[in-house]
Amino acid sequence: MASGTGGATSTTERASDAAGAPRRALAARPIGLAAVGMVLLVAVSLPFAMSNFRLFQFTQVLTYAIALLGLNMLTGYNGQFSLGHGAFYGIGAYTTAIMIDRWDIGYGWTIPVAGIVCLVVGFLFGRPALRLEGLYLALATFSLALAVPQILKYFEHWTGGSQGIVLSKPKAPFGLRLTEDQWLYYLTLAITIVLFVVAWNLLRGRVGRAIVAIRDNHIAAEAMGINSALYKSVVFGVSAAYTGIAGALSAIAIAFVAPDSFNVFLSITLLTGIVIGGFATISGAIYGALFVQFVPNWAQDISKAAPWAIFGVFLIVFMYVMPRGIAGFLHLVWIRLTAPAVSREQGR
Amino acid sequence: MDILVQQVVSGLATGGIYASLALALVMIYQATDVVNFAQGEMAMFSTYLAWSLLQAGLPYWVTFLATVAIAFVGGLLVERIVIRPVEGQPILTIVIVTLGLLVIFNSVAGWIYSYIQKPFPSPFPSKPIKIGNIVFGAHDLGAIGITLVVLTLLFLFFQYTTLGLAMRAAAQNPVSSRLCGIRVSWMLGLGWGLASAFGAIAGMMVAPVVFLDPNMMGGIQLYAFAAATVGGFTSPMGAVAGGFLVGVTENLVGTYVSFIGTELKLTVALAMIIIVLLVRPTGLFGRTTVRRV
Repeated sequence: MASGTGGATSTTERASDAAGAPRRALAARPIGLAAVGMVLLVAVSLPFAMSNFRLFQFTQVLTYAIALLGLNMLTGYNGQFSLGHGAFYGIGAYTTAIMIDRWDIGYGWTIPVAGIVCLVVGFLFGRPALRLEGLYLALATFSLALAVPQILKYFEHWTGGSQGIVLSKPKAPFGLRLTEDQWLYYLTLAITIVLFVVAWNLLRGRVGRAIVAIRDNHIAAEAMGINSALYKSVVFGVSAAYTGIAGALSAIAIAFVAPDSFNVFLSITLLTGIVIGGFATISGAIYGALFVQFVPNWAQDISKAAPWAIFGVFLIVFMYVMPRGIAGFLHLVWIRLTAPAVSREQGR
Repeated sequence: MDILVQQVVSGLATGGIYASLALALVMIYQATDVVNFAQGEMAMFSTYLAWSLLQAGLPYWVTFLATVAIAFVGGLLVERIVIRPVEGQPILTIVIVTLGLLVIFNSVAGWIYSYIQKPFPSPFPSKPIKIGNIVFGAHDLGAIGITLVVLTLLFLFFQYTTLGLAMRAAAQNPVSSRLCGIRVSWMLGLGWGLASAFGAIAGMMVAPVVFLDPNMMGGIQLYAFAAATVGGFTSPMGAVAGGFLVGVTENLVGTYVSFIGTELKLTVALAMIIIVLLVRPTGLFGRTTVRRV
């Protein structure tokens, strides 16, 4: 990544590069579209191919994917560390649980409300965070992650204290002949698709370029007329909203919330997800989500502590050998395979 | 009034523990511009090693010194093996590596020693010391004493030995130090070793109070962050002062502000960190860092 004075030129290059990008993107488009289509086809047919429990796990994968996409917007694209996104996941989950359990509101309404609550909280947290750079932001968000379970326990009247809140799984509406898990899976899948399309549109255009420009060199970005403060706090808010919606969906799917499930390790899980999936990539959210959902399950067979040891080792090893994650690695392979022989020669 | 004095003294005792850990954080920060998020977990792991040595029948003070030595070597090795390959990379990369260390130490401790809380002995008599109407815990006073001794030793080491001077030089100006023949990279390793040794002392002092358990350092690390932030990440003396300040504040707020009590203690630390970062990001004693654009 460019730094210092070099950053100014690289940002402009990036901008002009992006202007020429659609033409090249057009060439790759059929293959990309085909891949997305295949993934969607598999995703839609999953409920008919597996048990309810497996399906429940894939619902979890989708909620993780939404949360990871949110975190990646902030940390990957905008360059703001957050070691505390588990807090927003928890706020989203509790918003939903409290609305359903205490106020008897339909679960469908609670999901957008959870998103909006997190948007506001994230924006408000992002506002002072503007003044914190790099490490200090990491510290502040890490402390947030450490403190949240305690705050949740404190407001016992609302949150049920350390007992948490038990919900019941919603039945499929409109007389659809689906099991509860199948219905929840489809609901989550639909929301995931909408949120991914929104994120994709947001990040590939003018707004996305501004967000990346702030990460690469915020002074140069400001000189080009980008309102850095506004963008950064809005990205914080949107990122928190995504994570909050993910939290809300997971609360509905698990039908239970408790303060200690939103501890600092959840935040580290989310960070692990974007490291494994790939910084500043959209598809990375899916690889990362598959990883954080299934690897601990397998590792659990070895020992209760094993999943975390494995997360830790993967975090460190990926930083050494694959800093751009699985998505970055696949991209590299793709370039190698498709580049004409001549330019490959030159590349060596 | 008596309660006030008592609370202040017990605040100073926990403050000393925060101060040790905060000092460990600041030492690494000064040398490498990185906060070691695994500091608390390394301390926890060292304390478990001490527990094993005690189980093996070694006397307390032998165990104490042995643990400090093992922690020193361990910290040095962690820097040489794990951190060295990412030296000079973006902060995010190094932060992620230290977070990786955090979860590894935490889970390995849980793996080996299980998640059940264990009692850890205090070297000080359990009989409280009475001065006038005020009763002090002997462990509290002992912990303050040990912290002060260690801090004095550290101060003498950095101020009056060649190695201490070399370490300060390496942290302040790596390029010139290298030209003077200081092995800068090894100085960083030594810094990690010392920081880890400090963490071990903090761990052994806090374990009798909170009991030994793989997650015992979570809250304490948060307070150490608060201490380092209040004092300023660029000032070792500030970190120490910050530690005592945060410890006393924590106790007084817990005692006198009824709606906080013990239940929101961590939130107090969070609030302190955020307020200091907003009002005076360099901390009380830190210097402003000027960056070239």
